[in-house]
Amino acid sequence: MTVAGPRLQPTLFELSRPGRGGGKVPHPPADALERIPPDQRRETPPGLPELNEPELVRHYVNLSQLNYAVDTGFYPLGSCTMKWNPKVNEWAARLPGFAGLHPMAPDAVAQGTLQLLWELEQILAEISGMRAVTLQPAAGAHGELTGILMIRAYHAARGDHDRTEVLVPDSAHGTNPATATMAGLRTVSVKAAPDGGVDLGAFRAAIGPRTAAVMITNPSTMGLFESRIGELIEIVHAAGGLAYMDGANLNAILGRFKPGEAGFDVMHINTHKTFSTPHGGGGPGAGPVGVGEKLLPYLPAPRVLREPDGSFRLERPGERPSSIGRMRSFVGSTGVLVRAYAYLRTHGASGLREITDDAVLAANYLKTRLADSGAYDIPFPGVCKHEFIASASSIKKRTGVRTLDIAKRLLDHGFHAPTVYFPLTVDEAMLIEPTETESVETLDAFADALIEIAHEADTDPEAVTSAPHDAPVRRLDEATAARNPNLRWRPATGAWTPCPD
Amino acid sequence: MAYGPHTPADRERMLAALGMTSVDELFADIPAELRASPLRLDPPEPEQELMARMAALAGRNRVGLASFLGAGAYRHFSPPLVDQLLLRGEWYTAYTPYQPEVSQGTLQSIYEYESLLAELVGLDVVSASHYDGAAATAEAALMTCRATGRGRVLVSRAIHPHYRQTLETYFGGAGLRFDEVPIVTSGERAGTTDLEALGRLLADGEPVAGVLAAQPSFYGLLEPMAEIGRLAHAAGALFVAVVEPVSLGVLAPPGSYGADIAAGEGQPLGIALQFGGPYLGILACTDALVRQIPGRLVGLTTDLDGRRAFVMTLQAREQHIRRERAASNICTNQALLALAASIWLGSLGPHGLRDVAAMGASKATELEAALSGAGAPRLHPGPYLNEFAVSVPDAAGVHRRLLDRGILAGLVLGAAVPDEPSVADALLVCATETTTSGEIQAFARALAEELGLAGRAPAAEPVVAGAGAGA
Amino acid sequence: MVPGDLRYTKDHEWVRIDGDHATVGVTDFAANQLGDVVFVDLPATGRAVEQFATFGVVESVKAVSDLFAPVGGEVVETNPALAEHPELVNGDPFGQGWMIRLKVADSAQVDGLLDPAAYEKLVSES
Repeated sequence: MTVAGPRLQPTLFELSRPGRGGGKVPHPPADALERIPPDQRRETPPGLPELNEPELVRHYVNLSQLNYAVDTGFYPLGSCTMKWNPKVNEWAARLPGFAGLHPMAPDAVAQGTLQLLWELEQILAEISGMRAVTLQPAAGAHGELTGILMIRAYHAARGDHDRTEVLVPDSAHGTNPATATMAGLRTVSVKAAPDGGVDLGAFRAAIGPRTAAVMITNPSTMGLFESRIGELIEIVHAAGGLAYMDGANLNAILGRFKPGEAGFDVMHINTHKTFSTPHGGGGPGAGPVGVGEKLLPYLPAPRVLREPDGSFRLERPGERPSSIGRMRSFVGSTGVLVRAYAYLRTHGASGLREITDDAVLAANYLKTRLADSGAYDIPFPGVCKHEFIASASSIKKRTGVRTLDIAKRLLDHGFHAPTVYFPLTVDEAMLIEPTETESVETLDAFADALIEIAHEADTDPEAVTSAPHDAPVRRLDEATAARNPNLRWRPATGAWTPCPD
Repeated sequence: MAYGPHTPADRERMLAALGMTSVDELFADIPAELRASPLRLDPPEPEQELMARMAALAGRNRVGLASFLGAGAYRHFSPPLVDQLLLRGEWYTAYTPYQPEVSQGTLQSIYEYESLLAELVGLDVVSASHYDGAAATAEAALMTCRATGRGRVLVSRAIHPHYRQTLETYFGGAGLRFDEVPIVTSGERAGTTDLEALGRLLADGEPVAGVLAAQPSFYGLLEPMAEIGRLAHAAGALFVAVVEPVSLGVLAPPGSYGADIAAGEGQPLGIALQFGGPYLGILACTDALVRQIPGRLVGLTTDLDGRRAFVMTLQAREQHIRRERAASNICTNQALLALAASIWLGSLGPHGLRDVAAMGASKATELEAALSGAGAPRLHPGPYLNEFAVSVPDAAGVHRRLLDRGILAGLVLGAAVPDEPSVADALLVCATETTTSGEIQAFARALAEELGLAGRAPAAEPVVAGAGAGA
Repeated sequence: MVPGDLRYTKDHEWVRIDGDHATVGVTDFAANQLGDVVFVDLPATGRAVEQFATFGVVESVKAVSDLFAPVGGEVVETNPALAEHPELVNGDPFGQGWMIRLKVADSAQVDGLLDPAAYEKLVSES
């Protein structure tokens, strides 16, 4: 055990001692709850832990040191765009004017935030080539559901009730088919062509009068720009369906391709990917959705409107009956949107182009380093966009060492693993996305580590298959965790404890 | 460039490794006719200028008001230690814990959050978070349909309008049906869920999968949750309680009155108002429903050396494995907010939480008396915790004029729920431990003047017909 | 070598016929593909299933798979041990890891299934 550095921690409940803590809020009058009927009151207090401030803070500081994070190192996670999370954005979001504003406050007192949201919509519309944007969805998947529900509303408004299918490439992120199901639609999977793009023949065959929409990720989840995208969109439009773009990979096309201009009817954006809002260990994110003319009437309510006198307001309840309604409470995850806005203002047009150029350059550089080494299979060796696939398929055949093992061994080298076993269509896949904020030195060190591990698979496979060795914990028993789920701490029953002060 | 490290020399080196001279060569695969028009955006801003811009925008919001506004988002005291911890990069810049060996901080904190909320709501399974209270409520309703195989739910009209509208959107997508249970319009149960109407809706028509009610309700009133649960179960339906977590420091939790599922908004657990988000969707259920709950779950396990550790589990429920057969498409959730709520609960402990809830009740009692004395009596007679509706003629006009005097006099109910005539001409007001007596007195004084100016006597007649008789 | 007294589906279920009853499970190949089985979702007794229709779902840590009935019939029994010990599917897929017993509707349906040799061939080509 070391003095400093990652150490496993007991839970809050184990640290708790009756009588610890207090001193944060004043005591209410003794009769404060007398008017609450006894049968509505708690009989026993909640078994929450009692800790004093030093113990509580140490607990969370020590726990934090068990985490890898963007602030500690490189995440080559394909499809996640783990770029730098700017510190000024944290300052901006915490400004009392933003942080202290109640979501139901009258428009008159919220002009600053309403202006920010309105401007953000304009900026995102320009980037995406779309006609208008909603900032309501709380995540990319939430945005997907919003988009597909708008597409349903569009068809229903035209009396077109037989459009029950959504076409999804088989390489798509799991949220795409899951979204279709939530919207009451059937997923039709379309296989990829050998070059990684959508198979045009299979696509044509699957399109028909029951097609509500196609959901396409462009660049694809293999990091390849879909050059036939114009044709694909024409085919779906000719059949009366609409084209949805999953914007998870927007970092690859800023300033180079505007989905709305290419004919996409709707797309979602992940602010926690392309626009730097922090991942927070699993959220929050935000999933703004841009729409073209056809879907404009169906945007969730309330929209942010600008009045002729330059002031801003929210749509009133019932003001736009064609809307699909609400996807959530209040206006959106505004705190996240403030961060995205600050990021976009920081970069401007030239900055955004530079982001994409550097992200794509870095990905191709890293791919070339790995391809030149011969250590990994590179299923799509041509020019990629912001991410690429490497495969351990040959390594596995030769040595039995798998992508999972390589991912764990990378942890010993001080790197987080790339995305593994996604897309599902490539054997022993690793999806690698460097982003634009990693230095060449970091990229080289990462490539060197991967190559070293590939050699280790031949010379000392056991070291790889039993990795990680240097992390706070070793590989976990996930089977038992699923067979006998222990999803909460169960404290031993204790007596009601008196207030400490 | 703002954050990227690449110098021209770096770019040249990388291009050389590719045998290229220009980065444009890497975009040759975009067909010429699909290339983007130029980005028409303002030029980049150095950090110093950006900060001035952000400060100016924030300055255009008026947040220094004496606020009595709740309606689903509540201002509570948060000890500075909470935000100082949240600013640690290891917390907020960490990714989803898919590599558990280097994510034990996040994983343990989620497990602790699940455990803390399980204590609060009295149910054993708590998801790692959902987007917000409204989405959590909609998903809870969907759960009841999946679990029972039935396609209709009953939703109390005393639930927050945003939550009901969100449920409507989700149900429309899923092709499911819901009916709203009206609220009682007069008598001692005015404003609460109409149990007789509930009974009729359960007995007539399609079998019901779930019954949803909120505690406290949107109107701040305490609902007969145990009775609603009994009625639901007698009809073979599940019972969903929509709850406010701070109130659970003093009110009976869902697990004690037979709820199968609890949903709600975790923002009151010390999360800043932020004009609507990011907030924290709470979703919890009984063990029997664990395979139906959407969202991530973290569980306890051991590593190869027998060390205790934490890992995401029961992932086979989720979209990345089940794809079109997943119950929900949720992926990114609200992990950092769950952490914030956990730290806040840890900083207060059970006594502090009780004090916060009880102090809010105490301030609300003071507020009720002050407003009644000013000519705005309560609209509903039943018990409440810290939020309630008061009768105010021309509520919208009064609200506007009080705003000019620096008072945010709650929510104009006629505008927020225009389809609920029984709450027209009323304001929904709340008090928390942050409400001061000075603010209450200022509110009451200003209101008295407003109502006096309108030419009406201070003791105005109640708007709710029959509320005076037998109350 | 897979047991010689069983018949197989192309989705890697096996069936053992005795009289007008059948016992059904998944093969060792399926169990290996799945990884550690954590949960088996089985139908209620009394339910009728058609040949090749889904009768349940098997879950592992990282995958989910439908279970298809090799023959049609009525579910008369499900393996009670699997609730507590789903790992039996991995450890003894042809024996203690059995999943359901059916009262067979049409015994001729067995003829449409793969014999051990044909199933082995299928697996070797996977």
